[in-house]
Amino acid sequence: MDVIFVSLGAGLLQAFEPLNLFMIFAGCLAGLFVGCMPGLGSVNGVAILLPITFLVPPTAAIIFLAALYYGAMYGGAISSITLGIPGASTAVATVFDGRPMAQQGKADKALMAAAVASFIGGTVSVILFTLFAPPLAAFALKFGPQEEFALMVLAFATFIGLGGDDIPKTIFSILLGLVLAAVGFDIISGQPRLIFFDMVEFQRGIGFLVLAIGIYGIGEMLWTLESTNGQIAMHKVKVTWARIKANFGDIKYYINSTWLGSFLGFFVGTLPAAGATPASLMSYGLSKTFSKNPDSYGKGNIAGVAAPEAANNAASTGSMLPMITLGIPGSPTTAILLGGMVIWGLRPGPLLFTESPDFVWGLIGSMYVANFVTVLLNIAMIPLFIRVLAMPFSILTPIIFVLCVLGVYATTDRMFDTWIMLLIGVVGYLMRKLNYPVAPAVLAIVLGPLAERSMRQSLIGSQGDVMTFFERPISLTCLILAFALMSYPLVLKYMRKRKSAPEAG
Amino acid sequence: MTTLKTLVASAAALALTAPAALAEWQPRKPVEFIIMAGTGGGADQIARLLQGLIEKKDLSPRPFIPINKPGGSGAEALRYMQDKAGDNHTVMMTLNSFYTTPIIQEDLGVDVTQFTPIGLMAMDTFLLWVNTDREDITDLDSYVETVKAAGLDWKVGGTGSGQEDSVLTAMMEAAFDYDVTYIPFPGGGTVAKNLVGNQIDSTVNNPSEQMEFFRAGNSKPLVQFTGERMAAFPDTPTAKELGVDIEYYMQRSVNGPPGMDPEAVEWYTNLFQELFDSQEWQDFCTSDGLTCEAMMKGDDLANFHATQKDAHVKLIEQVGADAITGE
Amino acid sequence: MTVRTAELLMGIATLLVSLGLMLNVYLDGLTIGWVEGRGPGAGMWPFWLSLGMALAALATIVRWFMGATPESRSTDPYISPETMFIVGVSVVALFTFLVLMTIIGTYLALIVFMFFYVRVIGRHGWAMTTALVIGTPIFVYLLFEVALTKYLPKGWPIFEEGFLVIDNLRYEWFY
Repeated sequence: MDVIFVSLGAGLLQAFEPLNLFMIFAGCLAGLFVGCMPGLGSVNGVAILLPITFLVPPTAAIIFLAALYYGAMYGGAISSITLGIPGASTAVATVFDGRPMAQQGKADKALMAAAVASFIGGTVSVILFTLFAPPLAAFALKFGPQEEFALMVLAFATFIGLGGDDIPKTIFSILLGLVLAAVGFDIISGQPRLIFFDMVEFQRGIGFLVLAIGIYGIGEMLWTLESTNGQIAMHKVKVTWARIKANFGDIKYYINSTWLGSFLGFFVGTLPAAGATPASLMSYGLSKTFSKNPDSYGKGNIAGVAAPEAANNAASTGSMLPMITLGIPGSPTTAILLGGMVIWGLRPGPLLFTESPDFVWGLIGSMYVANFVTVLLNIAMIPLFIRVLAMPFSILTPIIFVLCVLGVYATTDRMFDTWIMLLIGVVGYLMRKLNYPVAPAVLAIVLGPLAERSMRQSLIGSQGDVMTFFERPISLTCLILAFALMSYPLVLKYMRKRKSAPEAG
Repeated sequence: MTTLKTLVASAAALALTAPAALAEWQPRKPVEFIIMAGTGGGADQIARLLQGLIEKKDLSPRPFIPINKPGGSGAEALRYMQDKAGDNHTVMMTLNSFYTTPIIQEDLGVDVTQFTPIGLMAMDTFLLWVNTDREDITDLDSYVETVKAAGLDWKVGGTGSGQEDSVLTAMMEAAFDYDVTYIPFPGGGTVAKNLVGNQIDSTVNNPSEQMEFFRAGNSKPLVQFTGERMAAFPDTPTAKELGVDIEYYMQRSVNGPPGMDPEAVEWYTNLFQELFDSQEWQDFCTSDGLTCEAMMKGDDLANFHATQKDAHVKLIEQVGADAITGE
Repeated sequence: MTVRTAELLMGIATLLVSLGLMLNVYLDGLTIGWVEGRGPGAGMWPFWLSLGMALAALATIVRWFMGATPESRSTDPYISPETMFIVGVSVVALFTFLVLMTIIGTYLALIVFMFFYVRVIGRHGWAMTTALVIGTPIFVYLLFEVALTKYLPKGWPIFEEGFLVIDNLRYEWFY
């Protein structure tokens, strides 16, 4: 233990060196900015990083990246709340309640909750990281395909009740997302699947962002255009410092969801396959399930903003763990970072902690500082973000459309995807008008590929024996939890019925 | 940044060498650096390292932009390059799926011998790895014995059906006359992690993917599929030494689309030659167990591709495409 | 068209799409069953899930005949004329924007798109229009091309040449 604190102290000192401190500020700002653009995320931010890494020492370079990664996580919430477009898959769940809050004129409250929850999530996570990195890395290694599949089942279980009230339509939406996730090459058999009209572009598959920006960007804008008829501006909020101060008082409404999201996010984040997206979705689902007032979720419940935000920030710190200790990129961002570390002559892997302690502890130290910096920057900039909502709709609309198109293009460098995005946007809009819920489709396309792949990997390994999911302790635990979660709402209903029955009789 | 310095330097260069600069071909817009694999794998790491070095050494007047096109074991990238025929601003980092993918997917309509060869940056190697916990397995013989006893319960991890390591796995099955269960994972790094976590029993990884686990004592190599023992693994015998005729490499070459202008080819060849000769690249080769003695280019590389393509056609015939795709 | 009609048509459309997906998987010759000793075949996941979609779509159609959903009873217009106008214009504008991007390139397309939206639809003054028509391409250029090193579509070669003249200035002056 003592060793950890000494090392951490040194790391913190390092983070406060002028150059590193500057890097933290610059990274947070750049990340915030890139993250709040729909479609752009930390991956693109790293493109900025590369040239800079040649000019500064490796520690400063990685601190810049870590700060950028953090900033982008906060930034994703900003576009989710103000525009209703998730900037990255990690911020999808933030839309569910963030968007309604903005429409009710409570955008500043939602942004504040997102910032505070992110701060708590990030800090809890970095403390856990500091104390338990090596044992957690060992735990992550125990996670095979069976465990991944069980985790996906658990994630799906937390979404029960996330759909609309029309059950056949909700089922259709979930299944559509799962099937679309199968488009492209099947990694297990190497065969092409669902290549529509023999277009070679479909071999790549339909990316999550294309679907999400199509549905939430284009579809949502069309929806808003309809409901406002292109006439009125969005709900304006007057932000004063007094109001910001008052917003701190809201913390009591979402503190429980935040704690839940922080711990859940960190543990899910440390698993190499999972990452921040399932973490934020599970956190939202759990927070709703255990809420006293689950019906208010999706209609502007502040806890519904805090839960996923705490989780995705906690998970982004958590996902640094497999990268540093195992050298496995958990995400495209960390993959590029690994490439950068090679250029600096550092090799992420089990030996990094012992061979380059300065680097590792400098990074950890900077995470503490970056958390403070981002939350401060974020709260200070809330009035600025709110200004976006005050723009006339006929100006905001084309700008959002342009950002959607370019954001989608930037992720894959293909015009093809922008066409798919437009198609999905229009179809999504038409279906939404008929009360087809869209969120389940978006969730399904994120988790679908992971679920299918891990299921088939497990079954190939066990030669088709389904018992393999129940024989392994971690996998079995996840499945039991999933079952409990699925039946929990039913049990609750039953209990309420029994309670109210005698009164009625 | 170095803006001011380069500003002065380039202004001076412009004034002095303007006529000369005009004569020589140079990229006029950013160069698309296509990678026929996903982010994080060996090809991706190399491409991003090269791109970084180009930027660091200021070798190109326009940036190289790495773009991953992993769809369909590289089919997407190959098709993209084919459609870019005659384009002077696109180059591609390739691996062995450069040969195997067009063979397995016959209707792709791509003949890689038509592509413009630029430079062979390295030959990557394969080793057979097991977890160090497997104390019963100390050499190839005990390995084969254990695998035969385990039969289909033996799980080999790899990066996907139709990828190089699945070809090599199929070759081993043919050579040793056993059947194993091949489980595909996305990317060599994930395979390595699953080996260390004992989720799979063995794998044929590139050295770079296992190096850190090897150094930490988590995994051990049993045999290398090279002609001679590599400097990085002096104690590991080659398959040939043990009387097994398997020698298999992964080429890591840069190629352009069909019909690139000769002036452009010359410029790219010189650029990659310079990168190849750089200290950074040679250091990377040494630490990652890559073979980088001399850069093959031009007609030599074209011949190399032709031979490799034929060799892979034979290989796939031998082991059967079914053995590779699994279904 | 009333919401009621639209609900039925959407039900039929989703049913057809589901059947089309199943057919697609089937015609590709993917294994839709359980492979002994290997688990699900490559086509199993998409095929049976598409079947589920078809059943869900069928349920929606049945519920329509029973009048079980609010949508199947509503005789309000599905898309009112005003909505049709504003939504239709936006979709057509986006469509045209994407076409223009491939022909005249991102930046010229941006200028046309912004002008159309701000001036023609939004009826903003010339000052605002000019600011946005000029400002948007510059912002996009600085963010995507300079900061993120993305090469956005430049359209046909003749338009690309025109762009390169401008892009060259950046490299001559700053690098």
